[in-house]
Amino acid sequence: MIELQGFGDQIAAGAITTLRVAATSLVLGIGVGLCGAMAKLSRFHALRRLADVYTTIIRGVPELLIILILYFGGTVAMTAAFGRYVEIDAFAAGVFALTIVFGAYATEVFRAAIRAVPAGQIEAAHALGLSKVHTWRLVIFPQMWRYALPGIGNLWLTLLKDTALISVVGLEDLMRKTGVAAGATHDPLTFYTVAAGLYLFFTSVSLAGLTLLERRANRGVRVAD
Amino acid sequence: MEWHLIFDVLPLLLDGALLTIQLTAASVLLGLIIALPLSLMRASGSTGLSRPVLLYTFAFRGTPLLVQIFLIYYGASQIEWIRTSFVWSVLREPWWCALIAFSLNHAAYTTEILRGGIRAVPRGEIEAAKALGMSYALRTRRIVLPVAFRLSLPAYANEVVLMLKASSLASTITMMELTGTARKIVAQTFSPYEVFISAALIYLGITFVVVHLFGRLERGITSHQGRARAENDNRKNIPPSEGYAIGKVSR
Repeated sequence: MIELQGFGDQIAAGAITTLRVAATSLVLGIGVGLCGAMAKLSRFHALRRLADVYTTIIRGVPELLIILILYFGGTVAMTAAFGRYVEIDAFAAGVFALTIVFGAYATEVFRAAIRAVPAGQIEAAHALGLSKVHTWRLVIFPQMWRYALPGIGNLWLTLLKDTALISVVGLEDLMRKTGVAAGATHDPLTFYTVAAGLYLFFTSVSLAGLTLLERRANRGVRVAD
Repeated sequence: MEWHLIFDVLPLLLDGALLTIQLTAASVLLGLIIALPLSLMRASGSTGLSRPVLLYTFAFRGTPLLVQIFLIYYGASQIEWIRTSFVWSVLREPWWCALIAFSLNHAAYTTEILRGGIRAVPRGEIEAAKALGMSYALRTRRIVLPVAFRLSLPAYANEVVLMLKASSLASTITMMELTGTARKIVAQTFSPYEVFISAALIYLGITFVVVHLFGRLERGITSHQGRARAENDNRKNIPPSEGYAIGKVSR
């Protein structure tokens, strides 16, 4: 590997952090998205309203601003709660912010995917006497993934790139480490090009993986064309 | 919550919002001008024309916008011929760096959206245009682009909202737009809730206006379609593109 004027290790460590933040937010965000979608399709008016407000607000406000609100707002709240200055961990704040953002978009993806499951399947589950929990677990979820996969794949690619924003509040991710190296060596052109190349590598590998996943999800499905 | 603080900072934030709107509008306009020829190249059958465009959209949609901004803002000064030519007087200004990064990024996403629309134009309409003896330029202008625009409009409206939100990244290169102004005020007063939430509400307001305007535009240009309109209203009329569109924003 190229030495990168001694910053190679640092940048590799930053890249690992980037991937950790993205993977953690993905798992948590899928959970939030599923809950959001179930709330949107619930028969309780209040739940539906709540989910609508959540997705509308999050999707209309810049991700950077959400990160800033959670980071600085969290610091103020913690300081007030503990009576002394407490700084929030950038990793936790970043994961929290990205989870909330990912969850809002995932809510819409899952809602559409659940609605795409044919009504006859759910009626058949009722006719077989399956409980509500079983209907969700055995009938709706397995079929919904296939419809949700392209949307979630797109959101993952966005999430991967959004992690760069957390460097603004000091997370030692790929972006931040690159910035430090660029400042120290007075060679931003090289370092930001390396960072761009790494991000491009991550998105390319993700794309290849998603294509495989999608092929697997669609196995046995006859496509008319 | 200190309510009086909100009223104190509101004029400052609105000043910042004005810059946000200017930056977004300029990037959207420039992005569309770049994307128009590129999407035609990308949708054309010729590999020689579509490959370079694919490379461009892949690179810009596959990397974070923040990296692109920093590359232009910090990286450009290292290239000798830029620093010694008139280009430097442009690239020295954060406003121009932000505008260039935003338009190139927005154009990459718009190119792929428009390409989807162009490819979805019914074959029969193009064949009819050919049968009438229309030249490539004429049928592109009169048949392909109008239909492609109508088909791409919902996705394009989304993209414009994403551009509006992405403009907040200009604050990382010292621009005092809405997010930049909010960050400055928070640094001085250290009341993040009041200031950041006010800024968020302003963004939300601008988003609503943009969505509303595009909704009206869409109703206007699809009003002749009658019943089909009801189906278009659920914003699903964009045919699934082949493969993935790399991400929504952000960048």
